[in-house]
Formats: sequence, structure tokens, C-alpha cells
Amino acid sequence: MQKNNFTEFLIEKGLFLTAIFSIIMILIIILFILIEGFPAIQEYGFLNFIFGMNWAPSEGEFGVFPMIIGSICVTLLSLLMAVPLSLLCAIFMAEVAPNNVKKFLKPTIETLSGIPSVVYGFFGLIVLVPIMRETFGGTGFSMFTASLILTVMVLPTIISISQDALKAVPNEYREASLGLGATSWQTIKNIIFPAALPGIITAIILGMGRAIGETLAVIMVAGNVALVPNSIFSPLRTLTSNIALEIGYATGIHHNALFGTAIVLFLIIIILLLVANYMQHKYKIDAGSGYL
Amino acid sequence: MNRIEVKDLNVYFGDAHILKNINTEIPKNTVTALIGPSGCGKSTFLRTINRMNDLIPSFRKEGDIILDEEDIYSPKYDVASLRKKVGMVFQKPNPFPKSIFENVAYGLKVHGIDDKDFLHQQVEESLKAAALWGEVEDKLDNSAMSLSGGQQQRLCIARTIANNPEVILMDEPCSALDPISTTKIEDLIHKLKNDYTIIIVTHNMQQATRVSKYTSFFLNGEIIESNLTDKLFIEPKVKKTEEYITGRFG
Ligand SMILES: Nc1ncnc2c1ncn2[C@@H]1O[C@H](COP(=O)(O)OP(=O)(O)O)[C@@H](O)[C@H]1O
Ligand SMILES: [Mg+2]
Repeated sequence: MQKNNFTEFLIEKGLFLTAIFSIIMILIIILFILIEGFPAIQEYGFLNFIFGMNWAPSEGEFGVFPMIIGSICVTLLSLLMAVPLSLLCAIFMAEVAPNNVKKFLKPTIETLSGIPSVVYGFFGLIVLVPIMRETFGGTGFSMFTASLILTVMVLPTIISISQDALKAVPNEYREASLGLGATSWQTIKNIIFPAALPGIITAIILGMGRAIGETLAVIMVAGNVALVPNSIFSPLRTLTSNIALEIGYATGIHHNALFGTAIVLFLIIIILLLVANYMQHKYKIDAGSGYL
Repeated sequence: MNRIEVKDLNVYFGDAHILKNINTEIPKNTVTALIGPSGCGKSTFLRTINRMNDLIPSFRKEGDIILDEEDIYSPKYDVASLRKKVGMVFQKPNPFPKSIFENVAYGLKVHGIDDKDFLHQQVEESLKAAALWGEVEDKLDNSAMSLSGGQQQRLCIARTIANNPEVILMDEPCSALDPISTTKIEDLIHKLKNDYTIIIVTHNMQQATRVSKYTSFFLNGEIIESNLTDKLFIEPKVKKTEEYITGRFG
């Protein structure tokens, strides 16, 4: 009995320590970014930094506004394509597909998420960019090209998580709806999809996180011009690209400005998470059992 | 006057032969109880009558089920309209995670009715028929999940009634409920029996005697004995029936 209690104690404290350890690591990273980035924001001015249209490190100009717009545009455009596609795919896999089709689809989609981003980027560069150039003119490096690549990259995340959410909807709801004479599609639309919505929103948030954070594949196809894009066929530069492209040689205030870029990215992600959290609560249905 | 006729029904799940040579008739506007030990196929029988088993890929059946002179498994029979006509109440109360109103209106809405006044009137009538109106009339917009288990089950019955069915299948509707809720549901069944053909599966012999006019005893996928409930319980013709109702097995 004594020994058992002691083991319990050790396991409990051990788990606590691991949790604390990861929190501390995250705090250290955040602190490091803040310390490194702060001087640039202070010197250049917070508003100038965020809303400045001109990013020219050699001239001492550090406006990241074009990159903010770049990141947001490329993420939204890819979600615009990926969300409907993945939700239909998830519904198909969770509710419609016969078992043998599922057996084939599931590993295929999982493989998609295991492909390294450089491969996606390379595919985009070699295949997609020339097609874009011929179809829409210009260089072929554009918001649209990057969004297409990102769409494929976030599909597996959104599909597999929303599929799990759909499958977690109790079968009793399905039977109740079908038992009242609803068709499969009415049941999916009216009962299953709304019940799975909080999980689906989580899936979209994670997909969005993947899209906004993806760097390499985007660098390879987006053109990386630090200007606010004026159409979906314009080249653009994202916040993450900005850091990755210049960190190798940046010194002094330029170096600090790249960390400042990271702070901005960080703020945007926090805002997105807050919005998503709010949405999740708003659509959370009361699923308490109220049993007996 | 037979509402449902079952002829030489055999049901299989894959290789498992679940229902064997079922021949029975369910009379109109009466309560028929199905009794028998767990796993003998009562639920499967019930779910064959509203074609709920169609959802199970390995399901296969032989024989016919005739409802109002029509074979419900004939290719031209519309499953959605069958399930509107043959409602089902499940063992565990399973209201949708929606408001009380939306739960009752659901069946009407999926069948294309969207006239607000008509919906309200039907919802009220159905809740009254299910003896729930008084308890919920001023909180129709609350989530159905906030109701007690017994109220949820009556809501599920209201939801079924709202569809204006002819037959109501009940699969152990009281097994998850406390005695008071059970009494309420039984009273409700008495109220409904003049207007609906009710088939109820129950594990509770007293319940069968209290609510039903006819009883069928199932064992290992076969109907061993069917009779007026009074007769079956007082003078069972088959030894197995007697053993079961006197509690010697099952
Ligand atoms: N979906 C299914 N797939 C395969 N076998 C099933 C399925 N549902 C029920 N069965 C089997 O059918 C038999 C009858 O089950 P059921 O009709 O639920 O019995 P009861 O309702 O009388 O307890 C059981 O042996 C059960 O294991
Ligand atoms: Mg059963």
C-alpha cells in the first residue's frame, strides 16, 4: 500500500514536471523572440513597423504591412478552397463511402500529410508555376499558386480531424433522424454536421495554423516580392517567408526587425485563435446527457 | 383488419441466421408486446418493420412484410415514407441536441412542411398527446438535453407522433427510466392505443400484461407462441413460454 502510494506520487510529480518543462520551453522561446525583436519595433516605431508599406532593410525601412497582408491573403485563399473540399471529402468518408473505398482513401490522405513541404514546393515550382504562367500570364509565381499548394497541404489535416468529429456523433442521432423518414442527406445536413461543428471548427483552425506557418513551400512558388498584392495573380511575401529569406545574412537592426516580424506573426496567430475559440463556443451545442 | 402481416420472414446478418420463419399478424390499433430473452431477435424484428436494418451492410432477408396490402420491401416502396408511417421509439431516449420545439418539428420539416402556424399547432398537439405539454409549454426553446430521461423519452414519442404515423415501434422504451417515468409512459401507451398500432418490446412481464392486448414470445429467432396477452400469461400452451414467464430462464 505504502509503496503504491509512493509510485503514484512519483508518477504524478513526473507528469507535472514534464508539463512544466514544455511550458517553460515555450515561454523561453517567446521571451527570446520578444527580446530580440523589441529593439527594432522600438526604434522604427510600432505603428510604422506594422503599417509601413516599405520593406527595404538596406535603406533602414522596415514596414511589414505587405507581409501581413500576404500571409492573411494566402491563408484565406487556401482555406477558401480547402474547407469546402475537405468537408465534402470528410462527409463522404465518414457517412457515405462503403468500407472498401474507405480502406483505400484513408491511407492515401494520411500519406498526403506525411510528404515533406519541400516536395510540395518542388512540385509547385516545376509543374504548377509553368502552368500558371501559360494560363494566366505573368511569372507564374503568385498568391494563387501558393494558395493551391497550401490547399493540398492543409487538406489532410482538415479532412482527418473533421472526419473524426463526424464519426464521434452518436449513432442514436442518426437512427432517430432516419427513423423519422429523413433522407441520408437531410440527416447529415440537419443533425450530424451541426453536432460535429465544434470539432470541424477545430479542424479548420489547425488547417489555418498549418497554412499560416508554412514557409518553405510558399517561398518556392510565391515570388516573395515585399509588396501588397493587388490581385490573386500577384506575387507576394508572407511573414514566415520574410524571416526565412533574410535571417541568413541580416545583422543589427535588420536582424531585430526579422524577430519583430515573428512577434507580428505571433500576434496574428493569437488573434486567430481567440476568434476561433469564440466561434467554437458559440456553436458548441449542449450535449449534456440529461439522462434520468 | 390486420395492419401488418409477416410471411415466412428470415433475417440474416452475414452468415448468422437471426430470425427464423416468422409468420405473424399485427392487428390494427392495438398494442402487441414482444417478449423473450436478450439476443433472441426482438429488436431485429422491430427494425425489419421500418427497414432500419437496411443500414447494416450484412443484412439480408427472405419473406415478406406487408403493411396495408403493400410489400414494404418492394423496390418501388419509398423508405422515407415508410418510416414516416412507421415511427420508432428507441431504448435509450435520443432527442436531438436541439430545442424541444425543433425536436418535435423535425419530422414535419424534413417532409417539407414549413408553414410556421401549422408547425406550432402540430408541435403543441403532439406534445399534448405525449403528455408532456404542461411540463414544457413555456420552455419550448430550451435544449431537449435539459429534460429528464423520462421527459426526453416522452419527447421522443411526441416527435414520432408529430409525423402522424400509423404504427409506432417501441424498443424497450422504459428500460432506461425510473418507475415514475415508466408509469407515465405506460399511461401514455394506453392513451395512444386507440389511434395507433403499437408494437412494444419489453423485458418486463408485468409491463406486457399492463399495456398489451397481444403478446408474442420470441426465443432464438423464432416466435414460440403468440396469443392474447391474458391467455398467454395465464395458460401458455408451450412449455418454453411457461418457463420464461415464470422466470425459470432469460
Ligand atoms: N448489426 C448487427 N450485426 C450482426 N449481428 C447483429 C447485429 N445486431 C444484432 N445482431 C445479432 O442479432 C441477434 C439478435 O439481436 P437483437 O435483435 O438485438 O436481440 P434482442 O433485441 O432480442 O435482445 C443477436 O445475436 C445479436 O448479436
Ligand atoms: Mg433489443
